[in-house]
Amino acid sequence: MTALLASIPYWGQSLLRALGGAVAVLLPAGTIVYVFLFKLMSFMQSRLGPMEAGPFGSLQLFAEVGKWLQKEDLYPNRADRFLFKAAPLVVLLSTFMLVVAVPFGPDAIFSNFENGVLYVLAVSSISVIGILMAGWASANKYSLLGGLRAAGQLIAYELPMVLAVVGVVIQAETMNLQTIVVKQNSGSIFGWDGIGNPYILTQLVGFLVFMIAVQAELTQAPFDMPIAESELVAGYMTEYSGFRFLIFFIAEFATAGVFSLIASTMFLGGWGLPWSWFGWETLDEVHNSMNVIGPVIMVTKMMLVAFLIMWARFSYPRFREDQLQKFAWKFLIPVALLNIAVTSILKVAI
Amino acid sequence: MTMTDERRQLSYIAAQAADARVNVELETEGMTLNIGPQHPATHGTLRIIARLDGEQVVWAEPSAGYMHRGYEKLTEVRTFPQVTALINRIDWLGSFANEVPFILAAEQLMEIEAPPRAQHIRTILFELSRIANVGLFLGDLGVQLGAITPVFLAFRDREYVLNLIEAATGGRFHPNFDRIGGLKDDLPKGWVEDTKAAMHKLRNFCDEMEDLLFGNEIFQSRTRGIGIIPKEVALQYGLSGANLRASGVDWDLRRDQTLPMAWNKADWKVWTHPDGDCFARCWVRLQEVRESTKIVDQLCDSIPSGPVMAKVPRIIKVPEGEAWVSTENPLGEMGYYVVSKGDLGPFRVKIRSASFNNISITPWLLKGVLVPDIITILASLYFILGDIDR
Amino acid sequence: MSPLSSTGETQALASDHLREGIIDRLRSEIGDALVDSHLVPGRDVWVRVRTDAWRTAGIALRDRLGMDYFCFLSAIDWMPSPFGKGEDDPTAEPAERDDTIRQGYTGGETRFQLLARVVSSSQHIGVNIKADVPDSMVMESWLPVYAGANWHEREAWEMFGISFAGHPDLRNMYLPTDFEGHPMRKDFPLLARIVKPWPGIADVEPMPGGGDDEEGGE
Repeated sequence: MTALLASIPYWGQSLLRALGGAVAVLLPAGTIVYVFLFKLMSFMQSRLGPMEAGPFGSLQLFAEVGKWLQKEDLYPNRADRFLFKAAPLVVLLSTFMLVVAVPFGPDAIFSNFENGVLYVLAVSSISVIGILMAGWASANKYSLLGGLRAAGQLIAYELPMVLAVVGVVIQAETMNLQTIVVKQNSGSIFGWDGIGNPYILTQLVGFLVFMIAVQAELTQAPFDMPIAESELVAGYMTEYSGFRFLIFFIAEFATAGVFSLIASTMFLGGWGLPWSWFGWETLDEVHNSMNVIGPVIMVTKMMLVAFLIMWARFSYPRFREDQLQKFAWKFLIPVALLNIAVTSILKVAI
Repeated sequence: MTMTDERRQLSYIAAQAADARVNVELETEGMTLNIGPQHPATHGTLRIIARLDGEQVVWAEPSAGYMHRGYEKLTEVRTFPQVTALINRIDWLGSFANEVPFILAAEQLMEIEAPPRAQHIRTILFELSRIANVGLFLGDLGVQLGAITPVFLAFRDREYVLNLIEAATGGRFHPNFDRIGGLKDDLPKGWVEDTKAAMHKLRNFCDEMEDLLFGNEIFQSRTRGIGIIPKEVALQYGLSGANLRASGVDWDLRRDQTLPMAWNKADWKVWTHPDGDCFARCWVRLQEVRESTKIVDQLCDSIPSGPVMAKVPRIIKVPEGEAWVSTENPLGEMGYYVVSKGDLGPFRVKIRSASFNNISITPWLLKGVLVPDIITILASLYFILGDIDR
Repeated sequence: MSPLSSTGETQALASDHLREGIIDRLRSEIGDALVDSHLVPGRDVWVRVRTDAWRTAGIALRDRLGMDYFCFLSAIDWMPSPFGKGEDDPTAEPAERDDTIRQGYTGGETRFQLLARVVSSSQHIGVNIKADVPDSMVMESWLPVYAGANWHEREAWEMFGISFAGHPDLRNMYLPTDFEGHPMRKDFPLLARIVKPWPGIADVEPMPGGGDDEEGGE
C-alpha cells in the first residue's frame, strides 16, 4: 500500500486524502441518519418511517438533501452576516479535523499524530465556537438562549470526556491512536489473548463516562437543552434554512459518527481483529488486506456505538440546564477522576 | 507628585471611568421573551410574555384570546339543539364531554330526564372522551420534556378510542351526539365487545406509559418539586379536575353530585396526591385514565335496555328559568349556566370552562422558575386553547 | 321530574336543609343586605345581595360559610336583544320587539347583574350569588376575596363594560386593547348576522341537474 501510494505525486495523494476524508465523514453521517434516525427511531415508535423514496426508503437521504438544497437561503434582517454564514462551516470543520486522526487500517490513516488523543480532544471544541456564533449571530432571543445553553453544556462536558480518555492513555502508555489500536489487538488479558485487550473491559467506567460526555457534546437527548425542541423551537439552529441548515444537520450526525469512530478506536479495538487469531506480532506483520477490511470493521463498530447514542436519544426526556451541569460537575468528573486513580494504581501494581 | 505618578493616577482614573461606562452600557434589565402564540409547546395559540433574568422568570403573563370565538354571544342566536354542535368545539379533544352539562341543564329546566339506557351510554361516551383526552396528555407530556417516543404510542392507542367514538356517533372528534332528552341513536351491534377489548389495550398503554415515562429518573427530577400549588391557593383560583386532586383536595364531581348519569352504578376510586407539584398532577391523570377504563368496563356490562330518547316535542322550547350544571370533564370542572326565557333558544349561556381557571394561576405560579420549568408546569396543568378562549 | 330513587328523594330533602341553612346563615352575617333568595330543592340556591354589600357578602361566604372554591364570576344583561336572533330581513321594517327588562331568579332592578358562584369543597354545595350593577357600572372587586376573580373580572369588564374598583389591572382579556364596545351587551350586534342574516331554515343546495326537492326545516 505504501509503495502504491509513493508512486502517486503529492497532489494526487492530497486529493485522495481529501476525498477519503469526505467519505469518512459523510458515509457515517448518512448511514447513521438512515439506519438509526429514520428506521430505528420509527420502529421504536411503532411506525414504519420513510418508505416511499427507494426500496424501504433507502433513498430518503438523497431526497432530504435535495429538499434542503432547493430551499430559499434566508437570513434574518439584523443578523450579523459574516458570523451567520460562517457558523455552520465552523461546526462542520471540526468534524473533518477530527476524522484526520482516526486510524482506519495499518496504513490507512490520514495523519499519524503522535499526540492523537490530545489533538482529538482539542479539536472537538471548535464546534462550540460554531454553535456560539450561530446563537449570537441569529439576532433571535431563542437562538441566543440556545447558544448560551450550548456553551455552558459543551464546556462542562469537555472535562469528563478528557478525564475518561486519560484512563485509556495510562493503560496504553501512549497518546498515539494507531499505537492504542495495536496495543488493544495485540494485548492480552491476564495472559489470555483470545480477544486481545479491548479497553472497554478494563476501562468500562471510562467508556460509560465517555459515552455520556459524547452524548452531551453532540447535544443529543437527554442533553439536548440547546436544541430543546419544545421550548426553543430549534435553539441555535432556528434561523437557519436551506443549505446552511443542511450543514448543521450533517455536522450533527457526522460528529456522532466520528465520535463513535473515536470511541471504537479507543475502547473497542479500532480497525483490527485480535491478532492472536492471525498470528501477527507487530504492526508490520499485519497483512495489507487489513487496509481494506479495516474500514469495514471500523464502520461496524461505529454502528454499534452509534446505536447506543441513538437509543438513549429516543428514550430519555431531557435534563434541565442546571441538572445537566450538576450531573457533569458533581458526578461525572469525580467518577472519572476515581477511574484514573484506580487505573494508575493498577497499572503500577500489575 | 512626580509626572509619572500623576500620569499613572490619571490613567487609573480613566480606566475606571471607561469601566463604568461599559457597565452602564451592558446594564441589561432582563430579556422579554414571547413564548407563543406560535410555539410547539403551547397546546395551541397561547402566548406567554415572560420577563427573564438569565434563565429565571421575573414575571410571566399569559395572554389568551388568540382563539376567542365568542361562544357565549353565538349561543344567544341559536336554538337549543344548535348549541350542541357549537359547544362540541370548546374542548376539542374530549368533545362529547362538553355537550353533556349543557344538555343536562336544558333537561333540568324542561323537567325531563333521559331514559336509563341513554344515561348509561352517555356516561360511557363521557368516560371514553376522558380517556382520549388524557391519553393524549400523557404522550404530550413526554414531548414537552424531550422524550419523543411516548407521544407516538399515545396516538396509536388513542386511535382505538376514537374508532369507538366514531362507530357510535359518526364523528371522531366532534360527535354532536347528545340530544335534549337522550341520544341521537342507539349503539351499533358489537360495540360493547369492541369497547371492552379496547379498554384492555388502554390499560396496557397506561402500564407502558408508567414504565417509559414515570419511572424514568430524568422525568422525576424534572417534575418533582416543580410548580407546587398549595391547597388553599388552588381552591381560591378555582383550579379543578386533576390539578385540584393533585394538591390534596378530595373533590370529584362525578361522585359528589347527583346527576342523571350512571357514575354511581360503577365501582371506582378517586385518586388524590398530597404534593401538588407537576409530578403529582401527571400521576393523578395517569391513575384517572386507568380508573376510567375500569368504569367503562363495568358500565359496558350493565347497559339497561330501553329507548335512548325520551318523549320530547319536535320543536324544543325550554321553559323560563335558570340552571347550572357542571360535570367532571377531562380538563376539570366544566359547567354551563343557562338562562332561558321560554324561547327556542337560550337567553344567556355562561360557559365555565376549566382551563380558564387553571391557567389563571400561572402569573402567580411562574414567578422565579426557570425557562424549561415554564414548559413543564404548563404541560402538567394541561389546558386546551379552545377551553381557555371559548 | 322523577328522582332516581327513594334515596334520591331523601337526599333532595336533606339538601334542602343544607341550602336553607346557607341562606339563613348568610342572612345572619350580612343582615338585610341579602335582598332576595331562591331555592330549588335538591338542586341549587340563588341569593341576591345589595350592590354595596358585594364584597362583604363574598367575605362572609368565604370565611363564615366555608365557600372556599371560586367557580366563576360573570354578568347577565337582561335587556332582550333588539336584533332578535339576527334573522331579520335588512330590507324590511325593523320588527317590533318586546324590550321590557325582566330579571330572572331573585329579581333585580337594573339591566346588568353580576353573577358569581362559589362552592364549599367540603360539603359540595354551591351558591349562586347575584347583585345589581348600578348605572355607573362600577362594582367592588372580588380580588381580595378570591384571587381567581382576577381574570373573571377582566372578562366581565371586556364583555359588559362593568369596571371593578380595586382591581389593579383591568384590561381586556381576549380582545385587542383598542377594541371599541362591549360585545356581550345585547345592543352590540352579532356582526356576522348583520352582514348576512340567518334565513332561519337550513340552506339546502338543490341537487345538480334539476331537483326541486328543496327541504326546509331543521
